[in-house]
Amino acid sequence: MAITLTEAAASRVRNFLESRGQGVGVRLGVKTSGCSGLAYVLEFVDELEDDDEVFENRGVKVIIDRKSLAYLDGTELDYGKEGLNEGFKFNNPNVKDECGCGESFKV
Amino acid sequence: MALLQIAEPGQSAAPHQHRLAAGIDLGTTNSLVATVRSTQAETLPDMEGRHILPSVVRYSSDNVEVGEAARLAAPSDPLNTISSAKRLIGRAIGDLKSIGDELPYEFISADSAVPRIRTVAGDVTPIEVSAEILKVLGQRAVDSLGGELSGVVITVPAYFDDAQRQATKDAARLAGLHVFRLLNEPTAAAVAYGLDRGADGVHAIYDLGGGTFDVSILRLNKGVFEVMATGGDSSLGGDDFDDAVAAWLLEQAGLSADVDRGTLRHVLDRARAAKEALAGSETVEVEIDLPQGGSWHGSLSREQLDSLIDLLIRKTINTCRRVLRDAGVSADEIEDVVMVGGSTRNLRVREKVAELFGREPLVDIDPDRVVAIGAAIQADVLAGNKPGDEMLLLDVNPLSLGVETMGGLTEKIIPRNTTIPVARAQEFTTFKDGQSAMAIHVVQGERELVADCRSLARFELRGIPPMVAGAARIRVTFAVDADGLLQVEAREQTSGVSASVEVKPSYGLTDDEVMDMLQASIDHAQGDMVARRLVEETVEARRVIEALTAALATDGDELLSTEERKVVDDALGNLAAIADQSKDPKIVEAAIKQLEKDCEFYVERRMNSGIRKAMAGHRVDEFASQEDPEAK
Repeated sequence: MAITLTEAAASRVRNFLESRGQGVGVRLGVKTSGCSGLAYVLEFVDELEDDDEVFENRGVKVIIDRKSLAYLDGTELDYGKEGLNEGFKFNNPNVKDECGCGESFKV
Repeated sequence: MALLQIAEPGQSAAPHQHRLAAGIDLGTTNSLVATVRSTQAETLPDMEGRHILPSVVRYSSDNVEVGEAARLAAPSDPLNTISSAKRLIGRAIGDLKSIGDELPYEFISADSAVPRIRTVAGDVTPIEVSAEILKVLGQRAVDSLGGELSGVVITVPAYFDDAQRQATKDAARLAGLHVFRLLNEPTAAAVAYGLDRGADGVHAIYDLGGGTFDVSILRLNKGVFEVMATGGDSSLGGDDFDDAVAAWLLEQAGLSADVDRGTLRHVLDRARAAKEALAGSETVEVEIDLPQGGSWHGSLSREQLDSLIDLLIRKTINTCRRVLRDAGVSADEIEDVVMVGGSTRNLRVREKVAELFGREPLVDIDPDRVVAIGAAIQADVLAGNKPGDEMLLLDVNPLSLGVETMGGLTEKIIPRNTTIPVARAQEFTTFKDGQSAMAIHVVQGERELVADCRSLARFELRGIPPMVAGAARIRVTFAVDADGLLQVEAREQTSGVSASVEVKPSYGLTDDEVMDMLQASIDHAQGDMVARRLVEETVEARRVIEALTAALATDGDELLSTEERKVVDDALGNLAAIADQSKDPKIVEAAIKQLEKDCEFYVERRMNSGIRKAMAGHRVDEFASQEDPEAK
């Protein structure tokens, strides 16, 4: 079981955490909503929850709750640009189907 | 696959529910757009990595260019390249007379009040030009955020009047942007530094740009911002520093001040480069190509630069003092000083500002971007991305708002520097018996006489029930909303008839004029006071004449002998002549007293006659307590 980050993603997260001035790491997760069933969660973490797993990768703590881990195991978090737009991408091997916009998915 | 941003804990948006928002600094020379991504507010670059968009629009027969390309084309195509839309927006043709001469455009006086500029692509208004700039910035935000914007916050100078604010909103609507609200530039700068999250206190925003200077005093009270006072100089900025250095360089190089334009341009460029280089070193070498061939070498020390610009900096410091006085606070009460505008990179400026306020100014955020960043933070809150955060920013109205009263006097309803939104009401009454309508003339300015103030709107309240003069109660309410737009309502209290007007006139004021109006009110304070008293006395004289004439018409013949009638008529004529001609309120006042004395016998007789009429048909003992020999 593991979650990884690309160097591009790791360096952005490190920068954001530094300028935010607080936070132990970044939370990846899924929640049930969206047009195709499940949606990704990407948040800063100030305090760990009881059922959190922590993966440390490239100097960044990735926090994920056990329930979400089932849907995200093997995911690589990437950071990329599409034209002027830039942001984080989930490369999730568990995805069978996603909605056209890619904001939600099915496993 | 969508690109995601990191949210604050527990605040991830549901898919398709991201509320994208942007802050736009729509500047005179340059504009910027910023947004909050992964909780960081940052300005957005274009495809070439440029954050700053020159506020220049060039029209050609089949195309509109905005930004750098348009700016570069300006010298070769001046008539079709519009570069000062912000100075024109919300103004009438008449208002442009003062600045129109400096601008190379061809203005068309159409029947509408909005000035139009003739270009090869047809006539355009300043609103349309601003809309082109906003379109480019809006599209940049959409491309950068990967979705439609739910709304934007656009910053405007604190001195912008209703018309200029409304015109800015119209430009945004034309650009297809929903405006959450307009935000004053100094307030945005304070928000960028997070001063709103700090302890309560008073802050100063010192904004020295290329061509303008503004200073604002803000008060943070229980997490709420309030602009206490603003002031500035619309023709003082970094360009003046360059001019001062250039003049010195010309002198050193043995050139006269009236060299050809090309050489002047060249010297100005060298002056600016030298000025900027001195932010990082003690002296710089300067080389100037001379028009007659060859070149001049010299050096400029920081000390020399300081001596050249000290006079200009002192002017800004004096303005700061004046605004502090307006706000009623002393320099040592200021908690934080925020630096805005590229010229605040100058070390001497920082030093002098630090000296005045007794503390180091805040300079960490790029002074060119700080306003856009604050607007982005505010837009993010208004988009609903920060639930529970109730940031409310208050601003002030820059000039007093009031109505015209009898005799052309200004009655101020909302004094200048009142925090907005605000609603104030005042009661007025009728001047003549049976008066059924009242003209409401809304004016803006500090002077006592309406003629010296600026007219904003006129409307009429009709259908006032007939009453004697002074009996009607007409409540005039002024309400200024958060965007500085004014609504005026007049309501007659007994009958409930009302009329109102929303003031969004299509013309505005230059900041110069605002300053001039403020200055004039100070310069003319004494004269205005005398003028006001004179008008007040004259109006009182007219009221007395009006009342006496009405009385004579009803019972003059009945109560007065021919000789007596002549005394009263003479007294009336005398007062009328004095009221018409005298320039001294004391003389008018004395004349009113004289008339009252001369006609005392008539007034007494009228009272007695009135009492007799009231008692007719009654028995004397019904008036037992009243001892009146005539009534017996």
